[in-house]
Parts: sequence; C-alpha cells; structure tokens
Amino acid sequence: MSVPFPATGTPAARNRSSLHLPRKRRLVVIGAGMASGRLLEHLTDAAHDAFQITLFNAEPRGNYDRLMLSPVLSGEKIFADIVTHDDAWYAARGIDCRFGQPVVRIDRANRIVHSAQSSVEYDTLVIATGSAPFILSVPGRDLPGVVTYRDLEDTNAMIAAGIAGKDAVVIGGGLLGLEAAAGMAARGANVTVIHLMGHLMERQLDPAAGYLLQRDLERRGIKVHCKGATKAILGRDRVEAVLLEDGTVHSADLVCMAIGIRPETRLATDAHLEVERGIVVDDAMRTSDPHVFALGECVEHRGQLFGLVAPLYEQASVLARSLLGEPAVFAPVQTATRLKVTGCNLFSAGDFAEAEGREDIVFRDPGRGIYKRAVLQDDRLVGVVMYGDTADGAWFHGLIRDRADITAMRDTLILGPAFQQGAPVDPIAAVAALPPAAEICGCNGVCKGTIVDAVQAGATTLDAVRRVTKASSSCGTCTGLVEQVMKATLGDRFAAAAPAGMCRCTDHSHEDVRRLIRSVGLKSIPAVMQELGWRSVGGCHSCRPALNYYLLAEWPLEYRDDRQSRFVNERNHANIQKDGTYSVVPRMWGGVTTPQELRAIADAADRYGVPMVKVTGGQRIDLLGVRKEDLPHMWADLNRAGLVSGHAYSKGLRTVKTCVGKQFCRFGTQDSTGLGIRLEKLLWGSWTPHKVKLGISGCPRNCAEATCKDIGVICVESGFVISVAGAAGMEVKETEHLASTPSEDEAVELVTAFVQLYREHARYLDRPYKWVAKVGLDWVKSQVVDDIAARRALVARFELSQSVYRKDPWAELSTPAETPNWAPMADLTLEAAE
Amino acid sequence: MTMFVDVGALDDIPRQGARVVRTREGCVAVFRTADDRVFALQDRCPHKGGPLSEGLVHGTSVTCPLHNWVFDMTSGQAQGADEGLVRTYPVRIQNGRIQVSADLIARSTAA
Ligand code: SRM
Ligand SMILES: Cc1cc2nc3c(=O)[nH]c(=O)nc-3n(C[C@H](O)[C@H](O)[C@H](O)COP(=O)(O)OP(=O)(O)OC[C@H]3O[C@@H](n4cnc5c(N)ncnc54)[C@H](O)[C@@H]3O)c2cc1C
Ligand code: SF4
Ligand code: FES
Repeated sequence: MSVPFPATGTPAARNRSSLHLPRKRRLVVIGAGMASGRLLEHLTDAAHDAFQITLFNAEPRGNYDRLMLSPVLSGEKIFADIVTHDDAWYAARGIDCRFGQPVVRIDRANRIVHSAQSSVEYDTLVIATGSAPFILSVPGRDLPGVVTYRDLEDTNAMIAAGIAGKDAVVIGGGLLGLEAAAGMAARGANVTVIHLMGHLMERQLDPAAGYLLQRDLERRGIKVHCKGATKAILGRDRVEAVLLEDGTVHSADLVCMAIGIRPETRLATDAHLEVERGIVVDDAMRTSDPHVFALGECVEHRGQLFGLVAPLYEQASVLARSLLGEPAVFAPVQTATRLKVTGCNLFSAGDFAEAEGREDIVFRDPGRGIYKRAVLQDDRLVGVVMYGDTADGAWFHGLIRDRADITAMRDTLILGPAFQQGAPVDPIAAVAALPPAAEICGCNGVCKGTIVDAVQAGATTLDAVRRVTKASSSCGTCTGLVEQVMKATLGDRFAAAAPAGMCRCTDHSHEDVRRLIRSVGLKSIPAVMQELGWRSVGGCHSCRPALNYYLLAEWPLEYRDDRQSRFVNERNHANIQKDGTYSVVPRMWGGVTTPQELRAIADAADRYGVPMVKVTGGQRIDLLGVRKEDLPHMWADLNRAGLVSGHAYSKGLRTVKTCVGKQFCRFGTQDSTGLGIRLEKLLWGSWTPHKVKLGISGCPRNCAEATCKDIGVICVESGFVISVAGAAGMEVKETEHLASTPSEDEAVELVTAFVQLYREHARYLDRPYKWVAKVGLDWVKSQVVDDIAARRALVARFELSQSVYRKDPWAELSTPAETPNWAPMADLTLEAAE
Repeated sequence: MTMFVDVGALDDIPRQGARVVRTREGCVAVFRTADDRVFALQDRCPHKGGPLSEGLVHGTSVTCPLHNWVFDMTSGQAQGADEGLVRTYPVRIQNGRIQVSADLIARSTAA
C-alpha cells in the first residue's frame, strides 16, 4: 500500500529507501494538547499503521481535557477524571511520547526537531503548541504568587490558595478569569475580580447580562471591580497586593492573570515559517512549508484566530484527512459560548453589537433573574445573549447558523421553540421539535441527528451516547440537553433508563433495593438479582458489594457474607498496594499499646522483610509491602501476641482516636482514653455503609480532633458532648451536636444507636456526613435521642449483628486449612527447572 | 496442537474468584465464573499493572482491583471507554482438574 507522501526527503530517508524496505512515514507532533489529541485519534483510527509518531509535550504529561480544569479547581472533579489519553492509550498506538520535553528548535533544512534531550527526524511535522497566557507588563509581575490559568500547575497553585482561605485577586473578567475566580471561591478563598471594561465578559455579553452575572457572582462572595486598570503588583518576597490606577489596593496572597492568550508561535517564527498573529495555515492546515502543518490555538486561518475547542476539533479532522491524502477543507463555523460556573447560566452566540439596521427583541423576568436578547437584521437572527435560562441556546444558535428567515415567528421568537407551535409545551417537546441538524454539543460539533441515530442503534445510556458520539464529553454543559434528546427519542423507555438506578444492571435505586430486600424477604444476591430483574448475569463491581452489604445488614443471622462480592481489600483483610503487595495494620485500642505488642510488631516486620513501618494518622502502626502469601503467617504471629485486625481496609469501624484525658492530663475532665477503648471494643468488626471513625477528647482543647470525625465525643466537667457527621477527607466539615449527657453509659448507648441507624439507612458508600445531610439531623435525633424505645431497639439490633461480626477475621483466615489459599495454586517455574 | 499441563483442581478456585499460577513469563490468573467456566489471563492490568486475579469477577468479566478497568475474559479486551488488551492463554477443565497450555512451561524452559 502506498502512502500519500512517499518518504524521499532527508538523506537518512533516501538511504533507507535504497534498501527497498517499506517504511512508515515519520510524523512528529509538537504539543500534546486538545487539538493534537483529537488529530491523533483520527489518524490512528483511520490508519493504525501508516505513521511512526513521535509526540513532544512541554507539560510533563499527555493530553487531558483542559476545559475541565475549572471543575478540578472548584473541587467537582479530580485530575484523574479529566485525563483523556493516558499512558496505555499512547502505548497501544505505538506513539513515542516525549513528555516534559519542550521542543527548542525546528531544523527545516534537515527536517529535524530538537528538544534539549533529544532530536528526531520527520517526514511530516505538525505544530500544535496552543497558546500562551498574556502577561501584563506591570511592575511586580514576576513575583512568586502570580500565576496564569492554563495548565495543571496553575490550577494546583490556585487550589492551594483556596484551601488556606487566602485573598486571591483575578485580573481579567472574561471566561477564564471568572472560572478561576469561582473555582477558588468554591475552595474558600476570598476572591476579587478586577476587570478593565465596564462589565464582565464584554466580548460575549451585553451590559444587562453582564450585570446579572456580576450579581450572581457577588452573591457567592466574589467581589467584582469593573473599570479597574492594574498599575502594579506589590510585594517584597512574594505578592502581597494589587494596586490599581485609581489608587485602590486589593490585598492578595495570590494573583491570577487571565487577560487573554496569544498564539504560541515562537518555534515557527524562529524556523522562518510564515507567521502573522498566529502560524499561517491554508485550508488544508498546511503552513508555508509543505512538510509542516499546524493546528489549534497557535494557528491563524484566513486572518482568524481560535480560542474555543469546537473549531479546533474541526481542524483536527481536516488535518487528519489532509495527512492521509484525502481532500479536506477547513471552514470554521460560528461557535457559541457558555461559562462553566455552577449557578451562572449564560449563553451567547453571534454578533450583538448595536448597528445600523439592527433590531433587538428583549425578554426580562426580574423575579427569576432571566434576561434574553435576540438581535435581528433583515429578518434573520444574527446574535443572541441569554442569562438565567439558557435551555433554548441550541435552537437560537441553529437559527443563526442556518440564516433562517424568522419573519413568521417574530412575535414569539424570544420565547423559544416551545412557543412556536402555539401553546407552550414541555421542554422535551421543544427538543423533539429541533431539526436533526441542530447542534447539541458545541465542543464536539455533534448534532441532534447523530445522537438520535446512536440512541436508535442501542446507546440508551448517557455513558453510551458519550462513548459513541462524544457529545457531552468535553465541557459537559450540554449534558441536560443530550438527556432531553435521549428522552425525546426513547420516550418512556428513557424515563425507565434514568440514572437513578444503582448501576447499569438495574433501574432500581439503592433505596428501593434496600426496601425490597426487606419487604420481599430477599436473602441472597442471586435472589435479589432474579426477583428485581437484574439485566446482567452476575451483577457488576458496583452493585455486588452494595448488595452484599445490604443483605448482611438486614439479615445478620441468616445471610452469609459473600467474599467474592467484596473489593480486594475487604476480601483479603489488608490494603492492596500499587505493586500488588499489602499493608497490615493491627488494632491498637484507643491508640494505646504496650512494649510487648510493639515487640511483636517489630518481630513480624523483621521476619517478613517489611520494607516500611509507618505510624498512621489514626494512632496505630502500618506494616507496608507484605507479600500476599505471607499474610496469614504474619497474622498468626500477631494474633499470638494478642493483636487483631485493625480493619484499616474495611467499610466498617476504623480507628477510635483518643487523647490521654483525665488519667494524666492536667486539663482532662473524664477518662477519654477509657471511653475510646470501650467504644472501640464495642463497635469493632461491624460492617457499615462506608468507613466510620471516632475521636474522643478529654476536654474542649480537643487533642483527639473529635470535631471532624464521623462521631466525636468531647468530655466536659458535666459529662459528654456527642456530635456526629464530621468529615476531614475529600471534604472538611465540622461535626453537628447530637446530644449531651452526664452519663458515660448513656453516651455509649447514643453512639451505638447512631451507628446502627446509619447501618440500616445509609446508601452504600455514603459516609455519615453525606447520609445525615440527606435525611436531616432532626430525624436522626428523633430516632436516636428523643425516642428512648427506638434507641434501645437500635442498640439491640446492633448487638444481634455483632454476635456474628465482633470477631477477628485474621484469626479465621490464618488456620492451616485456609493458609494454602493465599499462595499461587501452581508454580510452573519450578517444573521448568526440572 | 495445544498441549496442556495440570495446575490444580477446579475447586481450588472459589466461584467468581481466581488463583494465580506462577510461570517464568510472570503470573497467570486462572478465573472461575459462577457457572464453572475457567479463563486464564496474564495477571497484569495494562493500565498500571494491577493484579487482575484480585479483581471482582462478574459474568465473563473481571474488574481490576486498582482502578476499576473492566476486561472481557473471553478476549482479554478492555471494556467501555478504556483501551487495552490482556494476554489470554488456552485453559480447560478435564475431570474436575484445570489444565493450562503447556507452552507456559515450554516458553519458560526456552528462556
Ligand atoms: C495509612 C493511612 C495514611 C497514613 O499513613 O497515616 C491511610 C491510608 C489510606 N487511606 Fe486514608 N489513611 C489514613 C488516615 C486517613 C485519615 C485521617 C484519620 O483517620 O484521622 C483521613 C481523613 C479522615 C476521613 O476518614 O475522612 C483519611 C481519608 C481517606 C479517604 C477520604 C475519605 C472521604 O470520605 O473523604 C480515603 C478514600 C476512601 O476511603 O474512599 C482514604 C483511603 C485510604 C487508602 C485505604 C487508599 C486505598 O484505598 O488504598 C490508603 C491505604 C494505604 C495503605 O495501603 O495502607 N483515606 N485517611 C491512615 C490510616 C489510619 C489508620 O490507622 O487506619
Ligand atoms: C481553564 C480553561 C478553561 C477552558 N474552557 C473552555 C471551554 O469551556 N470551552 C472551550 O471551547 N474552550 C475552553 N478553553 C480553551 C481550550 O482549552 C483551548 O482552546 C484548547 O485547549 C486549545 O488546544 P490546543 O491543542 O491548541 O492547545 P493546548 O491544549 O494548550 O495544547 C498545547 C500543548 O502544547 C504544548 N507546547 C507548547 N509549546 C511547546 C513546545 N515548544 N514543545 C512541546 N510542547 C509544547 C503545551 O505544553 C500544551 O500541552 C479553556 C481553556 C482553559 C485554560
Ligand atoms: S492521602 Fe491517603 S489515599 Fe492519598 S496517597 Fe496518602 S495514603 Fe494514599
Ligand atoms: S491497574 Fe488495572 S485499572 Fe489501573
């Protein structure tokens, strides 16, 4: 098979071709960003083997969804969620990745690309270096603490500012600046936005919409300073404040400059390619050198620059075809803008400047904070701005793009598609009325027809539609619309397929399944799956552990725990490590230990060659890096010294942290250590919907950090103050007061009843603070505190369950009968040696 | 023709579970499904090397214990949006005994 551009160019290539070896075309790509990511997808899908690809990236990682940095910043997502191409993806396509290696020079004469670390020859080169943030040339701009907003490093710097509750100033009130501001504010920073113009996002919004946006941002605690020109950034060793031309000073621990971007063209300029504001490309994405192509934010096409992904994806598909020798022409389409800040719904498309011959139609609903403006010219819609209610954005955008004549619906146009057939109808009908060519996902250019086709071909879940069409897989703001298209296509079948189900195997919610287990008397996983109509044969990794928990919580005496439905840690009673070894954490009741226990731990560490012994954050000791086959032997040794499983791996009772309390401390009011040990001995071994941790402090100085635990007890002169539903992991939240009592026995009873109520009602994998937020603390109090009979019944049910589960799993699994199961079943390396 | 070698009894593996066979090529995970079929796969997830033998088995799929990638045991192919292939080996049940491809020894001796 011949490739479109035979490799005849460089001397090296000529030498090789004299050997008559068919050689893959050498493609070098500079920049692993969103545009080149899409290009590589197209290329490797279409011609898996045609290219030998080398990919350089300045960032020390491959491609991720840059748009989604904002949800990462605000805490709605973590970085791992937004990686679009991981190591395995590149490896599977044989792409030679050189991440963390910025290219420093392109040698066009010899067709070689150089980074500081390596040089690579190319037959074809693609430049996809994106753009660089614009930096104001004011004094102080180089101070530590001044960041831009472009990549993961910037995002992490801003996250740190928010976590510490510091003052942050964002310079620039455009799309990026506002997403940065909202993200830092969501993390707890005090944020001020300084914007040069009279209203926010002036390029996308008119003043009225800009005003509504500013009001919404101020409501969430973000200060906005419009018409603010930055004069200097002040600070000695790092940034301390921002000084404006009008004399205002805003104090700042962090400054984010988000005033715009400029195409990253330096390499191209140095290589004497034709560069205007961006690298000049033709309709096939070719630069002034026929062997060099460019795409993404670094290019200029017919005088136009690009700053949103939709046209870049289009470029990627055009360039892929060009490289494969197919004719393709890039013709950019109108892109619409949305802001990814939860609670600020805005949409703008087209041109809405005031001009001769233009006419506005405006709709306002001050009560609901809604503003819509359509700009008409010659019976056509040329621009639209909407704030507050943007559901009809796609419809308006379609009218602009198609240059539709709107004479007939002029009077009701602004009310949206639902009104065009006369009476107002529901939103589904409006979506149903959209033509197949209506664009639904702006980022990926997916129109309604494509989604409908995918749904009709069997993609009946949002996940499946994302996979097949890519709709809603970039910035995610169109998710609701995609679901409406699905609903319009599937009708009632979609209502049934709504995401309320526990997982893909069933449409029943967690709550319904629990209820049915109880009312129908279902007592095994197969019984649940059969009676409730599971779609899959054996469930999945998401429903089986949940069902196993619900069943054992409901039928403690009859149900037998299903080990094979447990995640690895709970199945093996140890935490799996990244290399497949395990960690072992023995219980240290209330954080108290003895020389004899410490000796046994030290001996075990020696005997099994433990690479790390670590004191945990939970007042006990972790032996990390133990081989699976050693686990039962180590447990048996520890058991002999009286040590039992610490359940550091379970959705169950973890640690009870205590302080020294009255026994030694000059401030201690009660025996907090003793109470902690008593509670740990009572609660250990119980399975719960998620892990449960306690803290018991001897006085309000609270050295055991009781006020951020699932359950905390603070001892005071008059007794015990019990609070619940704290968090100190991915979220941080102070506990809420449950009850106070003078009696230690009553304190123990209240804690036990709370744990049992949680066990009986919470959805699997909800920590207590999530569950209490759903059911309300008042209801919890009514069951646990106020109604004494209900409290006693909870305690009794807990005790019944503990009659089965209050025992050491390590002792049970380290018997001579069990031990062999922890080793390989056969060893063929030994046979080979014979 | 594939030659087979005995590695143990079917009942050595719990239903919906797996056991490991050590070979010079690395560990091979032998899975048993709820309906007593067996599959042999390389015990290394293509994502970050997780031991698939410790994964949750459902139907003829297994979920990697480290980050939940799901593999079809019949083909070794990653499911859903993830991409990756785990090597599979011939395996069969004869009179309640599990046998894997003898290549796993041969290759080792050759090594
Ligand atoms: C060992 C330890 C870190 C240390 O070296 O100190 C640790 C280690 C792990 N934590 Fe932790 N956490 C440890 C104390 C904590 C604490 C502090 C505390 O308990 O006082 C927290 C914050 C409080 C809390 O529980 O929220 C904590 C919040 C988490 C979270 C976030 C939970 C959340 O709902 O936000 C996870 C993830 C999860 O559970 O889903 C987690 C998960 C993990 C896992 C199990 C990750 C995993 O699934 O493999 C780590 C196991 C490592 C291993 O192989 O041993 N760990 N983890 C600590 C063990 C304490 C113990 O003795 O049992
Ligand atoms: C926080 C944020 C939010 C956004 N939100 C939206 C949105 O909601 N909607 C939307 O449409 N767009 C949004 N954008 C814009 C969108 O992300 C960009 O348009 C898109 O990423 C540009 O793609 P690209 O491939 O051209 O450049 P990039 O994705 O920036 O990739 C370029 C890559 O090239 C690398 N590089 C540069 N120079 C070199 C060199 N010399 N050698 C090697 N590598 C080099 C860079 O490190 C970078 O990884 C957002 C951008 C940001 C930063
Ligand atoms: S914080 Fe916890 S989960 Fe994260 S790396 Fe440390 S031990 Fe592991
Ligand atoms: S190692 Fe298997 S999913 Fe990550």
